[in-house]
Amino acid sequence: MADHTEDVIENRSAPVIEPGHTFGSVTDKISSIVLTRPTSTGWFIGFGVGFLLTMMMLFAIGYLVVKGTGIWGITIPIGWGFAIVNFVWWIGIGHAGTLISAILLLLRQSWRNSINRFAEAMTLFAVSAAGIFPLIHTGRPWLAYWMFPYPNTMNYWPQFRSPLIWDVFAVSTYFTISLLFWFIGLVPDLATLRDRSTNRVAQIIYGMLALGWRGSARHWHRYESAYLLLAGLATPLVLSVHTVVSFDFAIGIVPGWHTTIFPPYFVAGAIYSGFAMVLMLAIPIRKLYSLEDFITDRHLQNSAKVMLATGWIVAYGYGIEAFMGWYSGNRNDAFLLWNRLHGPYAPLYWSLLICNIGIPQVLWIRKLRTCPIGLFLVSLVILIGMWLERFVIVVMSLHRDFLTSSWGMYYPTRWDWMTYIGTIGMFLTAMFLFVRILPMISIFEMRTLLPEAEVKPE
Amino acid sequence: MDYANQKKKAEDVCPGKKLDRATVEAQLAQTKGPEYWRSLEELAGTPEFQEMLHREFPKGASEWVDSFSRRGFLQLMGASLAMAGMTGCTKLPLEPIVPYVKQPEEVVPGRPMFYATATTLSGYASPVLVESHLGRPTKIEGNDKHPASLGGTDIFAQASILGMYDPDRSQTIIKRGDVNSWAQFVKEIKGPLAVQKGLGGAGIRILTPTISSPTLADQLRAFLKVYPQAKWHVYEPVNRDNVLEGAKLAFGQPVETRYELSKADVIVSLDADFLYAGFPGNTRYIRDFAKRRNPDAPMSRFYAIESTPTSTGAKADHRLPMRASAVERVARVLGANGKEAFSSLSESFFEPMIGDLQSQRGSSVVVVGDHQSPVVHALAHLVNEQLGNIGQTVFYTDPVDANPVNQTESLRDLVADMRSGKVDLLVIMGGNPAYDAPADLGFADALKSSNISLRIHHGLYQNETSEYCHWHVNESHSLEAWSDGRAYDGTVSIVQPLIAPLYNGKSAHELVSALLGIGDATGFDIVRAYWQKQHPGADFEAFWRKSLHDGWVEGTTYSEKTPIRTATPEKATNTTPPSDSNSLEINFRRDPSIYDGQFANNGWLQELPKPMTKLTWDNAVLVGPKMAVREHLATEDMVTLELGGRKITAPVWIQAGHPDNSVTVYLGYGRTRAGRVGTGAGFDVYPLRTTSALWIASGGKLSKAGGTYKLASTQGYQTMDTPDGAPPRPLVREASLEEYRKEPKFAQEGQPPKELTLYPGYDYAKQDYAWGMAIDLNACVGCNNCIIACQSENNIAVVGKEQVVLGRHMHWLRVDAYYQGDRDNPKAFFQPVPCMQCENAPCELVCPVGATVHSSEGLNDMIYNRCIGTRYCSNNCPYKVRRFNFLLFQDWTTSQYKMMRNPDVSVRSRGVMEKCTYCVQRINERRIDAERADEKIKDDGTLQTACQQSCPAGAIIFGNINDPNSRVSKLKAQDRNYGLLADLNTRPRTTYLAEIRNPKPELTPERG
Amino acid sequence: MKTTPIYGMMAEFDSASDLVAAARKTNEAGYKKIDAYSPFPVEELAEAIGFHKNGVPLVTLIGALIGGLCGYFMQYWFAVDSYPINVGGRPYHSWPAFIVVTFEMTILFGGIAAVFGMLALNGLPMPYHPVFNVPRFAMASKDRFFLIVFSTDPKYSPTGTRQFLESLGPRSISEVPS
Repeated sequence: MADHTEDVIENRSAPVIEPGHTFGSVTDKISSIVLTRPTSTGWFIGFGVGFLLTMMMLFAIGYLVVKGTGIWGITIPIGWGFAIVNFVWWIGIGHAGTLISAILLLLRQSWRNSINRFAEAMTLFAVSAAGIFPLIHTGRPWLAYWMFPYPNTMNYWPQFRSPLIWDVFAVSTYFTISLLFWFIGLVPDLATLRDRSTNRVAQIIYGMLALGWRGSARHWHRYESAYLLLAGLATPLVLSVHTVVSFDFAIGIVPGWHTTIFPPYFVAGAIYSGFAMVLMLAIPIRKLYSLEDFITDRHLQNSAKVMLATGWIVAYGYGIEAFMGWYSGNRNDAFLLWNRLHGPYAPLYWSLLICNIGIPQVLWIRKLRTCPIGLFLVSLVILIGMWLERFVIVVMSLHRDFLTSSWGMYYPTRWDWMTYIGTIGMFLTAMFLFVRILPMISIFEMRTLLPEAEVKPE
Repeated sequence: MDYANQKKKAEDVCPGKKLDRATVEAQLAQTKGPEYWRSLEELAGTPEFQEMLHREFPKGASEWVDSFSRRGFLQLMGASLAMAGMTGCTKLPLEPIVPYVKQPEEVVPGRPMFYATATTLSGYASPVLVESHLGRPTKIEGNDKHPASLGGTDIFAQASILGMYDPDRSQTIIKRGDVNSWAQFVKEIKGPLAVQKGLGGAGIRILTPTISSPTLADQLRAFLKVYPQAKWHVYEPVNRDNVLEGAKLAFGQPVETRYELSKADVIVSLDADFLYAGFPGNTRYIRDFAKRRNPDAPMSRFYAIESTPTSTGAKADHRLPMRASAVERVARVLGANGKEAFSSLSESFFEPMIGDLQSQRGSSVVVVGDHQSPVVHALAHLVNEQLGNIGQTVFYTDPVDANPVNQTESLRDLVADMRSGKVDLLVIMGGNPAYDAPADLGFADALKSSNISLRIHHGLYQNETSEYCHWHVNESHSLEAWSDGRAYDGTVSIVQPLIAPLYNGKSAHELVSALLGIGDATGFDIVRAYWQKQHPGADFEAFWRKSLHDGWVEGTTYSEKTPIRTATPEKATNTTPPSDSNSLEINFRRDPSIYDGQFANNGWLQELPKPMTKLTWDNAVLVGPKMAVREHLATEDMVTLELGGRKITAPVWIQAGHPDNSVTVYLGYGRTRAGRVGTGAGFDVYPLRTTSALWIASGGKLSKAGGTYKLASTQGYQTMDTPDGAPPRPLVREASLEEYRKEPKFAQEGQPPKELTLYPGYDYAKQDYAWGMAIDLNACVGCNNCIIACQSENNIAVVGKEQVVLGRHMHWLRVDAYYQGDRDNPKAFFQPVPCMQCENAPCELVCPVGATVHSSEGLNDMIYNRCIGTRYCSNNCPYKVRRFNFLLFQDWTTSQYKMMRNPDVSVRSRGVMEKCTYCVQRINERRIDAERADEKIKDDGTLQTACQQSCPAGAIIFGNINDPNSRVSKLKAQDRNYGLLADLNTRPRTTYLAEIRNPKPELTPERG
Repeated sequence: MKTTPIYGMMAEFDSASDLVAAARKTNEAGYKKIDAYSPFPVEELAEAIGFHKNGVPLVTLIGALIGGLCGYFMQYWFAVDSYPINVGGRPYHSWPAFIVVTFEMTILFGGIAAVFGMLALNGLPMPYHPVFNVPRFAMASKDRFFLIVFSTDPKYSPTGTRQFLESLGPRSISEVPS
């Protein structure tokens, strides 16, 4: 590690792939993780923990369905609690993947090639985790399908003026597109695994998933343009998703929700937390599978820079909110600001500022931007901070609104916590399975990064 | 009706379809006496019965969320089906009962019938109409023709319907803990009575609560004729001894005092809570008081001197908190006709008050609280006389109490006799002395330890008293039995049953006649026989029918009399113990919700927020802010309250406007045998209450006991100014009469114009109707009636303390109480908040499934079936009037509740949002009538929401705002009219009329 | 021995550059029915084998348009025609509120069209293909590059084509049985 750091300091950008690799070595190194290498005990421990937490979540959800949402801390006036907080948090995390694979692709940021694959996977799992909450937070989850426009005997349809319906469409679209994007990216690598696996069963499974890909020039040509188009569609999509999520609040009249700054700063916040999560995954993985050659300090550094930038956009958002509380002259907004700074939940607001604005400033230090441990910790802080931000927005706005007679307090119950931690477990479980059975780095895109991929004009 | 229908109907009202009451009763019919019980156990062994139990039990049986919650108990009432299961089916009373015209007299399925009857509280009858669906009483309403009601009711009358269906009510006759039968009882008391016959009844004592029923009084007197040596004792914890003694002091005879507040220009209250349930005549007084609070007509002025904050004092133009013992001095000053210098009384308050009284001779009134000492009452009589109010605003009649004795003394004598073994046969009819008798008498000990050979308890519940009695006879509820009673003005109402006794209970009349040896006389015969005596002659049948129909007996109203004042109370010596101002004073007061404890098992009343504290399910030690600071007390701190060596421990509630160095405790809590709902709720303060100081005790000690106790208040934050120090939010808009006259439109500041919108609004003018509501904050006295009425009309669930603590109470209509200004004597405001039915409803916009949408008539409809429970609508409702079923709050199992519910309102299940609908079921009923008659719904007062109907003040007006001549339109046209949070442009259909106070101009109110 | 029909003649190369050069020469030599296989996308290859037209963008555009229009008119029909009802005093046709879903539907349909359009045009999935019969072809998904002349090409002749391919200096040449 250390020599890398030196090397980074004298030349501005570390390479995106360590020299000395060939098509073969790249292919072997990545596919071996799936095909040949023995599964480490570390993997089993991690997977086991994740699995147990998942079971805990399922139990909590089961009890919820039996008893009702009353087992949570929510009440009147705080009708939304952990469920929505976690939903927004997870969706936000889910933004990095598509962002990396789509936007960076369009921006021709070739360094993305080694992290986009598992970033996309992370997106899928995060969105799945997020998707659980809107479903179970309803009073009658078994009827949640009424939110979809399907012909029914009631001849009655969803109410398309409601941001919740927009959510349903945005999130399901986002999930579908991300899934396609991820799978299409996988196809050529699945072909590689098909051709390289010695195990008959694996050959058949990978073979079916590879759809008979054979790398024909015609196929590659269409493939590339489809991939680009998909990226072009996913880019506005990824920006729209969190915008729509922010509408859940911005459309409402609750002081603290009803504000136009939300869309941009929700999106920025999403990318912020998304990259934090990418780093928290990338750093241990590259250590665990010694992939430092492919996920180099250059990647850590760039991600850190993105976080720094988005962090400041978020900070700007907080600033504007506070400013408006004072400038608007609106009694309710003014009180909201006061309540955040001095109210019963004030400690949370202060720690949010520290986590999202204060601590991340250490990323200005280049040494730290390439120090995995440091980055890991900063990312953790940011993820906590972003969760707190959502708590502040959802709960602190609701608990004291217009009528002083109807003010209340919100205290999460053990069931709230079990469900939340459970989804983290589910996310980890999925991640562990993914790195074990699929190439976590895009092999064919790595090949294109090699010098020998250049076609020399004769 | 064909068999299928009958079967269907039976199944609607019967629990367990496999095993219903009919079959069970059939099996029990053959058995009687002790076998009755055994066979029931055998029956319990049968698989059907097990199956039935299992159908009822699991719900809540293993509750994780709120184990042992009172809500849990409410649900577990299904478990009481061992009895309840057998009472599922309704039977009409056998005797002819007479409906109150409004409907054809034949039962039309689906159409309710109304019957006039009365409910009694401490002897005072409140006339009511009872709505009955196919023989099941479901709703209590005021009797609009009766002078004591004029359509209004009080909370206890409203809630009596739940009391009637309470599955915890005593359901059988008990002998020494075993189920027994009436026949057996009648047989077994013959012996002892025969013995007593010889002694002239020397060993017989009958203890009753206050009785105004002419029939019952007549029966008891008859009994005393037969047993001349027997004694009839009367005791109620909330008695009017002081009133009685005061009258004797002034006139040498007991009199009933009645006030005519509609004629009073100046009202002075000496610690009187005359605008809240429990004060005789409160329903009528509220109406009369409200009538004189219209700022556009000559407005009365109200001075209140209070020893503890009450909803009455909250309405005062000038309020002065004062320790109860100090009030006597004020009375003396008034009695001395202002001649005596009011030394040490704050001049700024009394100078003008006395000035007003003097200038309004004949049109002023001084009202005294029941708990004030006799001298104060006597002085008040004197003052009213001096001011020439007698015959103008103050009237005297014979006492309503059929046996006006000093109840405390009466009970003292009884206990003495019990101790000295003079008592052989003790009959306790109603009441619960073992729980609520003054502590120093030690009634309970006397009861259990003494050698009384036969103790009989007759009551609605097996309670702390029945525990110590050989026999317990289960009483029939006043909605199940024939009786009669007098309203505060003496008018007699015949109490007619709406349903045959659910548990074959026996009324007091039947018990007494059994004591007289006539075991099988029915209440009907007894009551009718009595009135036949009073009204002999051929036209009795007509007279009887008319009395039942109208709800009162013609010509029974007491004529006023002018008693001669014999004594000079101003000379009378001080009766309240001289308490130096630095010794702690303890006020004992009836509880605003559960009275003296007799309503402890009534979930509606337990969960009814008390008017000033908004506390539910508990009582607390109310402490003034000054004292709290001095003693370093915080709300919910546990404290020990000590008085004459007796101690209780209870939590503190810091109450703004409470006088310093004095605390208030409410009676009625800490019951040990109330039932599933009431047992264990709150803290018993009777142990501190002694005969020497029933109401006001000085020399108390208060010390921190350590620890805290969670209190369930439905309104955590009770002021309109926010902690950030911003100016108060204009939620309740208020001005003095002067300011109002100067600037009549002051309330409409910041109301957006109709055209302020981005898109075309809906044109409701095209419709026949556009429903709207106006609430006159000036008239509203915070009496809480509307809440219970709404709960009863709309099948609103009781959720229990734990859920209230979480803020999940379900009241569709709440009454917000706000304090403003000086904490030691703040202004207080009440604001009833139903759904605003906004035209631009924020809740509708955000519902993803369109479960709440707008009707063409402007109602904000809630479609329970469509709701999936995202709660987004509640978040987006600025008024927070939406209520969510976080858990299964409704009791779906207990058969009694199935019978009680309003069949026109769907019962909401888990996971759906619910809210005020402007009683849409009532609108539609009237609409159907109108359409059948091919006409429009008339604004003739027949269409009233439940809250409006029960409001004694007439503060809530609902109607068609498309009709410019409707009452609601006229009110909305007034200058005082404003919409709550209208600046959000929600365009609420419910609007408020700003509150106007009438303080004496030269007297700058110390309340800012 | 029984001779199976021939699918084509396949030449194996070491680098992308060789493959591109070879492909270009073959194409210029008049072979039209040819194809090339590489382990990663090689931009120049497509036009080297004379492949130009690409339908994917058009398919995507059509998909996106259909999605958008369906999205908007679905909402319009629900709110204005099928079940018009007063929601919070808003007009039936609250077009600003309908934009979001319209947008999402556009993206969704566009994306699906792009992916499945691409697969369809590529004739995928196709688990079996004659080229897989060549054992060395497994390397095509790792680090080898292949050029094939289909037997359906008019200029194709077992001997002539083999000679021609040899002239390109491949690593190996093999016949592809179909």
